[in-house]
Amino acid sequence: MGEVSVSDAVTLDCGELSTREINRELGSLPDGTTARIVEPWGRHNLAVGLANRIDIRIAGGAGYFIGGLGDGPDITVDGFVGWSVAENLMSGTVRVRGNASECAGASSHGGLLVIEGDASSRAGISLKGGTIVVAGDVGHMSGFMAQAGTMLVGGDAGHALGDSLYETVIYVAGKVASLGSDARIEEMTEADVAVVEELVKGAGFDHIDPQNVTRVASAKQLYNFDALKGQSY
Amino acid sequence: MCGIVGLHLKRESAHQPLGAHLAEMLDCMTTRGPDSAGIALYADPLPGGRQRYSVRLPEHVDAAEVARRAGIELGDEVAVESLRPDGAALVAAGAPEQVSEAILTAESDAVVVGHGTAIEMFKDVGSPRSICDRYGIAQRSAYQGVGHTRMATESAVTTDGSHPFAVASDLVLVHNGAFSNYATVRRKLEREGIRCVTDNDSEVCARYVAWQMSRGADLEDALRMVLKELDGFYTLLVSTADEFAVVRDSFACKPAVIAENDDYVAFGSEFHALASLPDVGKATVFEPMPEEIHIWRRGDGRGWSQ
Repeated sequence: MGEVSVSDAVTLDCGELSTREINRELGSLPDGTTARIVEPWGRHNLAVGLANRIDIRIAGGAGYFIGGLGDGPDITVDGFVGWSVAENLMSGTVRVRGNASECAGASSHGGLLVIEGDASSRAGISLKGGTIVVAGDVGHMSGFMAQAGTMLVGGDAGHALGDSLYETVIYVAGKVASLGSDARIEEMTEADVAVVEELVKGAGFDHIDPQNVTRVASAKQLYNFDALKGQSY
Repeated sequence: MCGIVGLHLKRESAHQPLGAHLAEMLDCMTTRGPDSAGIALYADPLPGGRQRYSVRLPEHVDAAEVARRAGIELGDEVAVESLRPDGAALVAAGAPEQVSEAILTAESDAVVVGHGTAIEMFKDVGSPRSICDRYGIAQRSAYQGVGHTRMATESAVTTDGSHPFAVASDLVLVHNGAFSNYATVRRKLEREGIRCVTDNDSEVCARYVAWQMSRGADLEDALRMVLKELDGFYTLLVSTADEFAVVRDSFACKPAVIAENDDYVAFGSEFHALASLPDVGKATVFEPMPEEIHIWRRGDGRGWSQ
């Protein structure tokens, strides 16, 4: 992601345009175009549902569902985002230069979500194949029921990390407050270190040591109902 | 869903435009609750132990006559401070229970929406903007204000069911979420002689907080007891004449955003409700963590506990 040249960029002002007008305009831009969205002030649903290969820069803090359903664009938010950034992302990247609220990257199938600050609770909930890299901490119940894909947390993880996890692997550089049901800590392999190295490189972070992270994955004890467990569930 | 907004000013000089800011913030939260809305404003406390009673009256009823009859019933003066589209603000000294009783005796269809030395309460059905316009909220000054837009889930869309709930002097509670064990807590309160007047779950919580405080708990203790005894999803904004408190349940799945600087603490269910505030771009913006109790006290500059 190179810097967007302001002079070449299409500028869309949230103070003048409705969200629908902004998204329609973004969707009509040819591949390779750059666009700046200015004065977002917590506006929801910006840059949602786009399938063209464009660069989008959101100049300030934005609201809910930013970059959701994206299947192509590279989006950078120069601020914080509200709930469910990059929800159901299919491809492309979403980079948040500040903090993200709850459910960051929920259900994303592909692409890369990078959060340079912290993410709140339920980051990566129901992840379905996407990649999430958070520089700082994540809140409670992150990775809840995550089915496929990878998460890397540069800071600490809150309570009940990876509750009811399926095939997603979560790497944590800091401390884990507690693991959720059926999540367990596993040995890091050479292959894991290589994966983390790639993630760190892709995100452009230098504060995470790939040799020194914790691997959290599913113990797979909830995959099948065990009648012998009786009432202990 | 429901939307909550709140504004607590830290400096005297900043008091004047509070109503205008709060109306703008509330309008922004219309999408979270178009059914009904309510506002509590805290302005300079009345002197001499007197309290203001925000009273809703039937259309044909003369407020001055209600005040006169309530005064006779009470054996003390009840004055009309101002007339409002829904009734009047009455002012009286004496115990709030007795004053409220006297007002209801004077007019059985009257509803005391809230009372206190500093608050004036406004609740109505309709869009937040139309309600703010009807009561001239933007023209009112205050040092603290709370607003709520309601998307009803647990009880009917009525003025009585709309928030805030102000069940004790200057104590105001607004809620985003739903309590699941409120019938149990309501029965517990009934055994203590405390009666809820609506079917609303949030009223139960407001009365629970008031009950705890009447037994000597401070606001922080009372909210800690809410965390312990009330089950469900909630973000609560609770205020007294000099406190402004926020708490979220252990799952924290109802939103809350706080912006704070040297001049104010502002609360919004979503950030964009705060976007119109002066210098919000330079304020500290954060989301309260689950089960954290945040309290700001007037005059403290900042109060914080956890």
